[in-house]
Amino acid sequence: MDRAAVPALVLRVALPVVLAVVASPLGLSAHEGGAAEGLLNGLMHPVSGVDHVLAMVAVGLWGAQLGQPAVWVLPVVFPVVMALGGMLGLMGVPLPGVDVGIALSALVLGLMVMGEVKPSLMVTAIVVGFFAIFHGHAHGGELPEGASGVTYSLGFVIATGLLHAVGIAFGLVHRWPAGGTAIRVAGAVVAAAGALLMWQAL
Amino acid sequence: MAKHGRIGLPALLATALAVPSRVEAHLVTTGLGPYYDGIGHLLVTPQDLLPLLALAILGGLAGSDRARRLLFAVPLAWFAGGLMGLTRGQEVQAPVLTAITILIVGGLVAADRKLPSSGTLAVGAVIALVHGFLNGTAMSGAGLGLAALAGIVGTVFVLMALAGAWAVAWRSGWTRIALRVAGSWIVATAMLMLGWAAR
Repeated sequence: MDRAAVPALVLRVALPVVLAVVASPLGLSAHEGGAAEGLLNGLMHPVSGVDHVLAMVAVGLWGAQLGQPAVWVLPVVFPVVMALGGMLGLMGVPLPGVDVGIALSALVLGLMVMGEVKPSLMVTAIVVGFFAIFHGHAHGGELPEGASGVTYSLGFVIATGLLHAVGIAFGLVHRWPAGGTAIRVAGAVVAAAGALLMWQAL
Repeated sequence: MAKHGRIGLPALLATALAVPSRVEAHLVTTGLGPYYDGIGHLLVTPQDLLPLLALAILGGLAGSDRARRLLFAVPLAWFAGGLMGLTRGQEVQAPVLTAITILIVGGLVAADRKLPSSGTLAVGAVIALVHGFLNGTAMSGAGLGLAALAGIVGTVFVLMALAGAWAVAWRSGWTRIALRVAGSWIVATAMLMLGWAAR
């Protein structure tokens, strides 16, 4: 397949199919109640909270600054560890200081982007994974009554991953001098918002 | 004349579509209702779609030969498991087992582990057997039989072919990384499914 044709194929074929499936009423679901409701709630939930959005986008921006392989390792680490946090939350395992952890994630990740800090891949993954647990614990189990947990989880993970992609896409301007400055300013904005969230959490 | 011809064709098609005709809206007369029930069942059950997608990607990442083998092994095993499930008479739900199967195959995709051919086939067959069995019990519990199972297995084959072909085409460069990222998202979803099952 012509590689240049792949994005066009995605736009023309895959996207309409996905939209049609998402928009369909899913009336034939044999196992789950509220499958479509669960999926839509899962997709919307990460986007509806500014704390989650800031941290996800910051992870993408940081990945773009760090380049290969962090640019794709971080969007793998965050959703998986976030799901681990969500699983712990659903199982009733307590996690102290969740709100503070989430606010701290925006603050620290914003500062990393602002300072264009470049630690080793291992340290980066540990920092991102540490904060992901708080996000998963807080949001992973917030399911509306009657909606499907499976499709909610699917939507939640997809939306989180796409927020990383937004951050990476923004981060692509890093290759230009003015773009690099713009990303650092974006990091400062995220850090300031994180400080505000921290103030509210404390 | 040519201009009229260009205008005439859409008008002809629109007229043909507007002509009332006998519509087989209800499939009682055709006897194919359960077959379509089977197709619909699989298409709206993410617990089956996720491992199926992951298996197709797993085969595709290993190359066209491996993907081709899985294309036939998975539907066959799905059918065998379905036949066993049909004999149960009532639906069996196993959310933990389902999540674990998704976790395993999603993990293999994310890790991009190079398994031997027999290992890939074994993983595919076992997972297809499990999901086929659960589908069979669901069809049996709903009073549906072999026709519904045929619908499910036919859809499994089609989806495996489409997703597997896509994965084969995308198995090099940055698209391979995208497939691995998709595997990690499947793992994350399976972990949350485990949490829901344990709740």
